[in-house]
Amino acid sequence: MEPLLLAARGVKNSRALASYLNRGGYKALAKAMAMDPAEVIDEVKASGVRGRGGAGFPAGVKWSFVPKDLPKPKYMICNADESEPGTFKDRELILVDPHEVLEGIAIASYAIGAHTAYIYIRGEFVREAEILERAIAEARRKHFLGKDIVGSEYDLEIHVHRGAGAYICGEETALIESIEGKRGQPRLKPPFPAVVGLFGCPTVVNNVETLACVPHIIERGGAWFASIGTERSTGTKLFCVSGHVERPGVYEAPMGTTFREIIDGMCGGIRNGRKLKAFIPGGSSAPILPADRVDTPADFDSVAEAGSMLGSGGVIVMDDTVDMVWALENLLTFYAHESCGQCTPCREGSDWALDIVRRIRRGYGHAGDLETLHRIARFASQGMTICPLGDAFCGPISSFLEHFGGEFEAAIAAAEKPATTVLPILPVRSDHALFETEEAG
Amino acid sequence: MTEAHTSPLVVADVEAVENPTFDEGMESKIQRILKRYPDQDAALLPVLWLCQERWGWISPGVMRAVGQRLDLSPAFVESVTSFYTMYQLRPPGKYLLQVCTTLSCQLCGTSGLVEHLKEKLGIDFGETTADGRFTLVDVQCLGACGEAPVVQINNDYYTNLTADSLDEILDGLDG
Repeated sequence: MEPLLLAARGVKNSRALASYLNRGGYKALAKAMAMDPAEVIDEVKASGVRGRGGAGFPAGVKWSFVPKDLPKPKYMICNADESEPGTFKDRELILVDPHEVLEGIAIASYAIGAHTAYIYIRGEFVREAEILERAIAEARRKHFLGKDIVGSEYDLEIHVHRGAGAYICGEETALIESIEGKRGQPRLKPPFPAVVGLFGCPTVVNNVETLACVPHIIERGGAWFASIGTERSTGTKLFCVSGHVERPGVYEAPMGTTFREIIDGMCGGIRNGRKLKAFIPGGSSAPILPADRVDTPADFDSVAEAGSMLGSGGVIVMDDTVDMVWALENLLTFYAHESCGQCTPCREGSDWALDIVRRIRRGYGHAGDLETLHRIARFASQGMTICPLGDAFCGPISSFLEHFGGEFEAAIAAAEKPATTVLPILPVRSDHALFETEEAG
Repeated sequence: MTEAHTSPLVVADVEAVENPTFDEGMESKIQRILKRYPDQDAALLPVLWLCQERWGWISPGVMRAVGQRLDLSPAFVESVTSFYTMYQLRPPGKYLLQVCTTLSCQLCGTSGLVEHLKEKLGIDFGETTADGRFTLVDVQCLGACGEAPVVQINNDYYTNLTADSLDEILDGLDG
């Protein structure tokens, strides 16, 4: 099908307001503003659009949680932190069509009754932040933002807020803390941001891609959007394909397109004529899947059934040359670095797991290592931490061991060095008493 | 590939940022930042960015000045500054080479680039060349995995790199 969100790709000066208006831009905003905010929310609910940042929560339902009669300001936040390894779609949307994102933010703000919106963009995206600033200034001059937008009595200001290098700030409550000028450490939920969010006020945080869907939903109707994709995963999705494919990049396809179609069809197959060994379907936090699951449809439910998650749509492809012990070590290096340090199971568990895997890869593995890894993966996930970063590093551990455990066993069996030798930067620790308790329970 | 011309960082030496003050230009920028938020604490990250653009790094003196301006304790400012990896706590070189070392870039040959860079510049990660021109750091995913390997130099992304193309880019940088 024709691209929807990335329709402007290849269009000359696609970032300019004039180009966006030529393509029918900001008509959806005018249409939304002629509707009651509740009707806008209903339309987005009817579209079935689910959060594109990774969690897959229905956006319309999220908006409807904002209390209507609370005498407090409300805030809209566009999450452009895009830090999940393997994910680079939000950057593409900003580079290709920033006004599409702004229009989505404006409609969402109107629907929840916010007069201030923030775009939280990762610190590294300096040029992308400049593009958004310019687009906001342009839109203000033409009264699509600012005071009395599109001839109404509704005011909206959008501000760009730059992050400064912290993966965790993609988590919505850490993001809120970061805008408030604090360390980006997640908050306990409840209360949920829809009730107590930014500056203690009702707040909705939506991903860039989710918001980019909104103008299309309003313009062509929720039912139309819901007719694309599968029953429970509607619309198109941006798939970010990286790693060992011939043509990596961002591809837009209806939800439910199989990974085989994405990898072999759109991306031209595996590089250098090699064979697919494994792929991570939804950003590095999604459990890895072996090559034989490549026919899985890329929608929220099918990927979950296959044992992973659609997440952000970041597809990392690995060919048959990849050493899985090395790959897991690389991912754990990321999580050990990015754990915010607030919760013990995540802070200690990510470092500890990295120690073990690094040791195994360097030939210092020993018999109990895999069991310890399994225990860390059980202990730091599923509600044992404030935010899902615990699950994010445990999913890779469990899935690498499930599908490629043989490689870890072989590395341990081949270990020639004495198991007692301490090699890593962090000392090898003995099993922890807490794990024993968990085991007994 | 990048559309912008990468300019060198302005890096203040240690003495210059012992007791820094905000000039009129910076003060008016701070005023504009404050208008965006209902709570002045929220200006902390943007004001730190402003300082880093002005002085190249965030010294203890800069932290004190920022704290004074925003009515925050120096300890609080330090706790926030040190949480975020992009605020430089030591003076960097004129060009900050940030090499992405996460999975997608590694699958596409980053380790070769790293070896090449270390040898060419004679420094390891976290170090600055003796002439103060380059600082080399390894960073986590830069969010441009489709164009791996990626190196960010100051504010710009350079993508699909090889040792040769990287050499050409480094040799073409000003001053």
